[in-house]
Amino acid sequence: MTDGWVMVIGLEVHCELKTTTKLFCGCPNMFGNEPNTNVCPVCLGLPGSLPVLNQKAVEMAMAIGTALNCEIRPSTFHRKNYFYPDQAKDYQISQYDEPINVDGWLELPDGFRVGIERAHMEEDTGKTTHAGVTGRIHGADYSLVDYNRSGVPLVEIVSCPDLRTSAQARAYVTELRSVLVATGASDGKMEEGSMRVDANVSVRRSADDPFGTRCEIKNLNSVRSVGRAIDYEAGRQIALIESGEQIMQQTRHWDEDASRTVMLRSKEDAYDYRYFLEPDLVPLVPDSDWKEAVADALGMMPAQRRARLADLLRDAGNVTDARTEQVATVVDLGLDDLVVEAIAGGIPTALALARTANEAAADPEAARQLDPGSFVTLLSMEAAGTLSSTQAKTVLAELLAAGGGDPSAIAREKGFEAMSDNLLSVTVAHAIEGNPDEWARYCAGEDKLAQVFIGQVMKSTRGQANGKAVVAELQRLRG
Amino acid sequence: MVDTPRLTREDVAHVAGLARLHLSDEELDLFTGQLAVVLDHAADVALLDLADVPPTAHAMAVINVLRPDIPGQTVDREEVLAAAPSVEDHRFRVPRILGEAP
Amino acid sequence: MTPPRSALGLAAAIRNGEASAVEVLDDYLAAIDAHDGEIHAFNLVTRDAARAQATIVDQLVASGGDPGLLAGVPVALKDNLCTRGVPTTCSSRILDGWRPPYDATVVTRLGEAGAVMVGKTNMDEFAMGSSTENSAFGPTRNPHDTSRVPGGSSGGSAAAVAVGFAPVALGTDTGGSIRQPAALCGVVGMKPTYGTVSRYGLVAFASSLDQIGPLTTTVADAALVFDVIGGHDPADSTCLDRPAPRVLSALDEGIQGMTVGVLTEFLEGADADVVARTRQAAEACAAAGARLEEISVPEVRLGLSAYYLIAPAEASSNLARYDGVRFGLRVDAEDTMAMNTATRSAGFGAEVKRRIMLGTYALSAGYMDAYYSQALRVRTKIIEGFERAYRRCDVLLGPTTPSTAFPIGAKVGDPMTMYLSDVCTIPSNLAGHPAISIPFGRGDDGLPVGVQLLAPALAESTLLRAAAVIEAAAVIEAAASTGGGRT
Repeated sequence: MTDGWVMVIGLEVHCELKTTTKLFCGCPNMFGNEPNTNVCPVCLGLPGSLPVLNQKAVEMAMAIGTALNCEIRPSTFHRKNYFYPDQAKDYQISQYDEPINVDGWLELPDGFRVGIERAHMEEDTGKTTHAGVTGRIHGADYSLVDYNRSGVPLVEIVSCPDLRTSAQARAYVTELRSVLVATGASDGKMEEGSMRVDANVSVRRSADDPFGTRCEIKNLNSVRSVGRAIDYEAGRQIALIESGEQIMQQTRHWDEDASRTVMLRSKEDAYDYRYFLEPDLVPLVPDSDWKEAVADALGMMPAQRRARLADLLRDAGNVTDARTEQVATVVDLGLDDLVVEAIAGGIPTALALARTANEAAADPEAARQLDPGSFVTLLSMEAAGTLSSTQAKTVLAELLAAGGGDPSAIAREKGFEAMSDNLLSVTVAHAIEGNPDEWARYCAGEDKLAQVFIGQVMKSTRGQANGKAVVAELQRLRG
Repeated sequence: MVDTPRLTREDVAHVAGLARLHLSDEELDLFTGQLAVVLDHAADVALLDLADVPPTAHAMAVINVLRPDIPGQTVDREEVLAAAPSVEDHRFRVPRILGEAP
Repeated sequence: MTPPRSALGLAAAIRNGEASAVEVLDDYLAAIDAHDGEIHAFNLVTRDAARAQATIVDQLVASGGDPGLLAGVPVALKDNLCTRGVPTTCSSRILDGWRPPYDATVVTRLGEAGAVMVGKTNMDEFAMGSSTENSAFGPTRNPHDTSRVPGGSSGGSAAAVAVGFAPVALGTDTGGSIRQPAALCGVVGMKPTYGTVSRYGLVAFASSLDQIGPLTTTVADAALVFDVIGGHDPADSTCLDRPAPRVLSALDEGIQGMTVGVLTEFLEGADADVVARTRQAAEACAAAGARLEEISVPEVRLGLSAYYLIAPAEASSNLARYDGVRFGLRVDAEDTMAMNTATRSAGFGAEVKRRIMLGTYALSAGYMDAYYSQALRVRTKIIEGFERAYRRCDVLLGPTTPSTAFPIGAKVGDPMTMYLSDVCTIPSNLAGHPAISIPFGRGDDGLPVGVQLLAPALAESTLLRAAAVIEAAAVIEAAASTGGGRT
């Protein structure tokens, strides 16, 4: 951030809901199907068709509101009128001045609370592809419209202008994504467009100044581009002001390839949407029983889940920055239940966390499917020294690939069968014989010489032995 | 009628643009006159003091009409596309689009 | 034998085998062939499909099955009701050639009741008008005087029933579009309570006001058709979740002890002959045992202004989808915005454009509060006014229209004068209440006069009982006024 300047950032996040059907019709809510196959008179906007609200979509919106500490209110739908070919009816049905969720907050992992102004329901548009050499809207010869996405339910989450740095904005999007996934309302797949971010950015010279004129940046489709676009835009605004110019309120587009924002339209070109109450729908008035049922069905949110692991770490006296980061990783990936189960199964906290955050996290999709029982069994073998850590990681990779299995059987197949105590004793005795001086010094108290014997034993067993077991044998012999 | 400004030719041209209608000069003149008469008549409504009266958008007070999240009938793609003025690659073809969506 | 001409009688005769659905249909088709060239009630006659439907009804009767309450009854559909695979134009060039991929709920229900769809009737484009002159396909003529309008917007449906092209037609009523043409053509036309008949598949004009209803030759037929098409439909969120109506069975219960309020405001601007007929209808109610009362609901005077803000506002949004992208007309242009504009400018007629602009203006930034929001508050006032009246009265009575049918072309140049034809019908739409127009004698010009009954929401049964009393009196009255020469 350029010296002395303060950013003010508010984010609008559009989240596609994971319902089976669309918001106002029974067409499948599915990504990636053949064009114009998930369509009906309603989502094509054919004359005479009428919308009927999807109950599950409402419940997901309520779940999001609950997770974001919002007040769930009686709400209505409006029509937002504008012509665009991907908008089948040439108006969008959206909640306007009476949204279902208002006045909430989201706490970031560092404890900073971001205000949530509202989280309202609306319908998505169809998808336009542009024919021509560029494949983009500008310079296209013509365009083609697919209405499969038309009418897919969205919740738009509007934050208060509480964010002050691009890092904070990234942390907000990351945390919000985890929350949305945790509610079961979203798959969180930003790359498929399930979550789309618009950022309102302004700058001022000090935190005491009033807000500057803001620009809205559209088309932020990854956490990374959220950060980059905000930094670029703030830099652009600061440069303008420092060269004596004024910021004009604009809507700008983030061009990922060119790494810059470009103007879409100025405030003067703002649309006159002519919002009015959608006469084809009736008010939505959730009663307290319904709200409670939605809240009861809600699982733990990421912040609670991080706190749960942090408590376990603290109980084990194991808190370090690295471990706190591992906690964030496993919660973000939805793998924290594995850690909790492992700890409950008697696995040392640090080991349970490390294997989950490092090895299991390498394939989160598979890890979420992993049978916790086999994971716990594997880690107890590693903890007991039956398997070395290298061997345990290899077996874990196998378990992930297969979605579970018997760790002992896999270890046996891999030839990782731990050495018998008898063979270990023989091998250790052999190493002592070959290094009498070192043995004498070890017996005199030079503990670090244990490494010499471990090295010898590992060499003669080609890594099959367990270091801890060797030390235990040495200590037994030393008496 | 005193408080509501009389409709101008420019108002009508602006509104025609919002509604994606092209009006000839003659149509603009004609419609400006005709719409002004209707709006003058509506001035009785505009002038009433109804601040305390709640608006009625729906005559019948019904709430919470919902449908279960169960798939319904989609329409056959060929039937839908057959009705379209222009189609390419199973999609609706439109001339180039000058601006991004709002 | 000559088959009866009421739907009730026809269905009974067909169900018990006294008449054949195909032969009945052929009679009506012959009438259409002979006279629709002059009247132009239909945009499309679905001869072959109708014959196929009639044949199925006859086969069902022959095999001992029950074809339903409207067995073999020919029905004409206003051309804003979607019919699967059958052109549905709303009498607009912009929908020329469009074949909906689905049936409106009312069309499905008529089919299930054994009705035979004979065709799609002419109308004012997108139901915007009171004369059926605003049709891209030319005006419909009033069968009682072909130099005059049939009323509108359901003018084709009203004319079809009046001239005998079908015993039943469906129309739609947003500000009087069933009742006003019914009055001008001398037939029965009923607008049910908002939400009692599904709007799914009705091409929307003003969603919060539109209702589908019957045009028939008798009050009993209107009740029968309402029983068939009414009832909950999960495809329309505004359709009330209550059991299907059963009003026909209560029709003969009379109005002994009811209070009929004669609505002063409706008499104010009406022609003397129309007022006289309305008074006679009131006397008929009194003669049947009802108490008469003069009642004033001053709020209804604001109805016209509120209506001509609310309906165009909703229409401006409902008609946005005619953009040349997915269906219907396209006029090509360089870019999509120009294509939308060229298509809409060529595809919509003048009245539709006027209302789209009026509505766009009423909703636009800076005018929303003065016009649209204010009109919604007026709507509340009108409902309150009616509530007050219904604390004293069971039904209200007035003329349906201030005058009888006017000459074709008389009002086309002056939209405001045309709009005033709906002054007595609009308040019921704003309130969502049911209302019915019953033919009651003729005006000084010899043209039909319609009297209108209004009732509170969901009081169709009361409404129709009173309508039946007026209908019975009208027959006696007609006989008396022609010296008993007509029966």
